[in-house]
Amino acid sequence: MSVRKILNKIALAICVFLIVSPAIFFFLWMLSLSVKYEIDNASYPPVFIPDRFAWQNYIDVLASNRFTTYFFNTLIVTGTATLAALLVGVPAGYGIARMQAHRSAVVILIARITPGLSYLIPLFLLFQWLGLLGTLVPQIIIHLVVTVPIVIWIMMGYFETTPLELEEAAGIDGATRWQVFRHVALPIAKPGIAVAFILAVIFSWNNFVFGIVLAGRETRTLPVAVYNMISFDQLSWGPLAAAALIVTLPVLLLTVFAQRQIVAGLTAGAVKGGVVLLSWHPGRA
Amino acid sequence: MSSSTGPPALKLRPLSYWPFVLPALVVVLAVIVFPWVFTIWMSLQEWKVGSPTTFVGLANYVRMPNDPRFVEAVWHTLLYTALSVILPLIFGTFAAVVFHQKFPLRGFLRGVFIMPMMATPVAIALVWTMMFHPQLGVLNYLLSLVGLPAQLWVFDPGTVIPSLVLVETWQWTPLVMLIVLGGLAALPTEPYEAALIDGASFWQMFRYITLPLITPFLFIAAMIRLIDALKSFDIIFAITQGGPGSASETINLYLYSVAFVYYDVGYGSAIALVFFVLIVMLAAVMLYFRQRFHWNEAGGGA
Repeated sequence: MSVRKILNKIALAICVFLIVSPAIFFFLWMLSLSVKYEIDNASYPPVFIPDRFAWQNYIDVLASNRFTTYFFNTLIVTGTATLAALLVGVPAGYGIARMQAHRSAVVILIARITPGLSYLIPLFLLFQWLGLLGTLVPQIIIHLVVTVPIVIWIMMGYFETTPLELEEAAGIDGATRWQVFRHVALPIAKPGIAVAFILAVIFSWNNFVFGIVLAGRETRTLPVAVYNMISFDQLSWGPLAAAALIVTLPVLLLTVFAQRQIVAGLTAGAVKGGVVLLSWHPGRA
Repeated sequence: MSSSTGPPALKLRPLSYWPFVLPALVVVLAVIVFPWVFTIWMSLQEWKVGSPTTFVGLANYVRMPNDPRFVEAVWHTLLYTALSVILPLIFGTFAAVVFHQKFPLRGFLRGVFIMPMMATPVAIALVWTMMFHPQLGVLNYLLSLVGLPAQLWVFDPGTVIPSLVLVETWQWTPLVMLIVLGGLAALPTEPYEAALIDGASFWQMFRYITLPLITPFLFIAAMIRLIDALKSFDIIFAITQGGPGSASETINLYLYSVAFVYYDVGYGSAIALVFFVLIVMLAAVMLYFRQRFHWNEAGGGA
């Protein structure tokens, strides 16, 4: 029996190693590429840990004044789009949950299903017509396509699980709906808001497709800037990998430190979305 | 879910919640509904940026089946999607079963495991491009370690789609894992205890107890994967731009070229609409099969 237990443990360890190694290997290799000089990056067989570290790759990326511009562009676009989404999405999630307007969730699902490019054609023409191209405004507005549905979706689900008794008690004491929301429902919903905030930030930060169409030279966000580096400096892998790592590092840190919220948000969102989809088919409706 | 039958006192004045929803409704109308209506209207026009527009009815739609590049893109999309649903589903289920066990550092390793799907797609695409490099890439080196011949990966029309699917699978297996893990956490323990007493093997328990019980979760995961794989853009665009030639050009990438390289927004809008209908249709087909073969029966609550 004990031999079998040990064998089971070894089998489990091998399985864990097998499923985690692609991710670990990839990110370690990314790190390795980013700290190597060209001569090490171009050698075969590949060098995993170089003799000399090329920290210069990072300094070059961080020191270029374009990087600062692109970093603040991303910060402004993601920050504004996320805060605006929380501002309209948290009350909306509350309203939908309390009105039990579950059918309105279908709109959010359609938004989830629609390819991002479909929004881009009409909105691109609209922004062109309004003369807004060349500013960050078009990107902020179109990032709402990403952030608003996430926030509404998560908050709707969250407010469905918060107790009604407290709200009713406050209502009996003469509080208005707004006061009930502001002073009773909102404080309880903080963990849900944190989940919505984190996911909205990540998906907005990572967004690429809106930027390649709407961003000009001065209004690029970091993912678009990195993509443009590929076409221009095809050959120097070190600085490219360093730039890629810098762009995705905030998201990776969030993933590690806010793992619980991310997992809760994604699984709840996915399963809830699935349930709405499944309760939708003609046979039952 | 338990609050779905709210107390009558609050149901009396449901309209008073409208102010909460109104701002979001305005945003949704502006950035989601308006683009849709405008797209439908544009798809009926001959409309190239910079030249006058004329109403052409359904001409843009008739053009699609006669456009070899579009037809080819549909096949690329279907192949890419089929592989990108099946592979993450298999690996994700396996990973979920493993993460359902208890072992040291489980929380941390789960965090590492989900990093690929949270990381910025363009950043990881860039590193994959370097790894795919036929001469200097690390993948061919790894193949040589186990005695396999070097590949051209994304640089050969024959292997470009499987190579991109490899990236997509690496990236999105974690989402399937999380959904299935949620399903595993909700499983009852009694059937397993009974099976253990009967001397069932691990594989038998998985095949005859676990698998039927998690089918609803697998179905949800498959549905999400289907939608996301059809829409996949960032990875393909950043690694191959649809190349070599047009060997990895999916509908979404062709749509990008038509709308934002050739600025043929009328035709582009028609493609966008057909693309959306295709996504909804394939999702509906999956729902139909689920109903037809009662994939949901074991799930009950879900």
